[in-house]
Amino acid sequence: MSGQGISILKDKKDEIQERWSKKQSGFNVFDSFGNNEESESQDFVDSFLASLTQENLNDVASAQFDKVNEVLEGISISRAKRGFSPRENAHYLFSFKEILLEILAEEISDPAYLYEFSSQISNIVDNMAILTFEAFIKGREDVISRQTDEITEISTPVIRVWDGIVALPIIGTLDSARTQVVMENLLQQIVDTGSSIAILDISGVPAVDSLVAQHLIKTVSATRLMGAECIISGIRPEIAQTVVHLGIDLSNIITKASLASALQTAFAMLQLEVHKKRTL
Amino acid sequence: MMIAVSSREEVSIIREQDVVPFRNRVKDYAVKAGMSILNQTKLITAASELVRNLLKYGGGGRVEIEAVTSGREIGVRLRFIDKGPGIPDLELAMKDGYSTGKSLGLGLPGTKRLVNDFNIISKPGEGTTVTIIKWKNG
Amino acid sequence: MDRIPILKMGDFLLVTIQVDLYDQLAENLETDLVNSVNKYSSKGVLIDISAVTIIDSFMGRILGNIAIMSKIMDAQTVVVGMQPAVAITLVELGLPLNGVISALNVEKGMELLHNKINNGYNLKQDDDSSIE
Repeated sequence: MSGQGISILKDKKDEIQERWSKKQSGFNVFDSFGNNEESESQDFVDSFLASLTQENLNDVASAQFDKVNEVLEGISISRAKRGFSPRENAHYLFSFKEILLEILAEEISDPAYLYEFSSQISNIVDNMAILTFEAFIKGREDVISRQTDEITEISTPVIRVWDGIVALPIIGTLDSARTQVVMENLLQQIVDTGSSIAILDISGVPAVDSLVAQHLIKTVSATRLMGAECIISGIRPEIAQTVVHLGIDLSNIITKASLASALQTAFAMLQLEVHKKRTL
Repeated sequence: MMIAVSSREEVSIIREQDVVPFRNRVKDYAVKAGMSILNQTKLITAASELVRNLLKYGGGGRVEIEAVTSGREIGVRLRFIDKGPGIPDLELAMKDGYSTGKSLGLGLPGTKRLVNDFNIISKPGEGTTVTIIKWKNG
Repeated sequence: MDRIPILKMGDFLLVTIQVDLYDQLAENLETDLVNSVNKYSSKGVLIDISAVTIIDSFMGRILGNIAIMSKIMDAQTVVVGMQPAVAITLVELGLPLNGVISALNVEKGMELLHNKINNGYNLKQDDDSSIE
């Protein structure tokens, strides 16, 4: 009697694969499994059935399932990155469980044994389902993390407006993490371009909180320590109000209303003058 | 927070000459953890501050350097242990503005700002243990 | 014991720090520089820290000391080439480094020294004339 359940499943491997594939269609964006998925899923069924032994039926955390879990994690992460929904991801394993239980009900006549074995299989697959959730989430987080990096890179352009003057217009919300990146970028640009004046324009920034303001002040201090100067331009009235209400002291920082006036100031600091050409 | 240690070593700090090799070991760990230049600098500077305290006020001691992970984060943990006289008024020592400019200052508040986790245990007569963690993305 | 070499360039002293500064070395530098300023009646000191990757509070204080001591002896100090990571860390540490004037590189540092010293003479005359 015991051990019968496992051999039944192993004998029915092909049928399991076929019925599972059918169950996916109509639910997924793809019809049954896509090509890649077909072989992925076969791998999974193969290693799942191969890993089942009498001993580990009651031990969902058994190390013998490690290989199966690895296969599953790979499938989940790849699905997450390909844009599968969480429900589609969950359906993957739950539909597999349904098929297994269906087949067992068809093949096992003893109700007591059917119940016991079904429960054991159920627990094992449920535990794997949890693993796939975790892997799925990690896959999504990897995507988010990569996109965040890309956004950060795109949204902090550096413009060499003049010999010795660089401008960094910041677009979008400034949070604490992003401000630090901007800070490092600005200082590195000063070194790379040999500029003695950096203009940080925040006219594209809707709001600034206390932490961000402190970072901006630190940026200016660091710039001065390096022997350059930093002008902050484009401070909106709302930000000016917030800053004062928060009790932040900006008196040691050069602030200008617009990038244009910041540039004028920079020219003056470098002892440069702009003259209209004389036409005769 | 579950922290797992993947590698560790212990460095004895007895003389001033031990400091530079120690800082280089910290740098090795920081580089291995994949830290940016800025975070490496912050960690090594913090280590430099704390190892100075260890020598000057703790009468020497040892430092445990550990490569650690917590969930998906990788980092470096340093533990500065001395059996010196201890710090009589911890609260005062941790207050911002406490002698970072004078030669008797311990520089603790500033050091704390450079790292992500900062813990200090000090009992007069029993010595001091300072533990800091800097994460790769901290 | 190692000592950091000090080069004389006319009215100025040039120091390039290329090794890891530890306490004894830094203290020696402080002493050596002050003595050299005195010996050569230097008007300016240029300290190149572009190769320095770590400056902690002790080092920062030494730099500050050098600036003040030199000033007392009528020499202007300029620190050049501070790395961004070092600058950010110093700000985070809360070291104001008052009295230390910085420049981006040696060239700009020299320019700054020349300007300071020329203007310094004018200021001195004004000061003198205001003493009754």
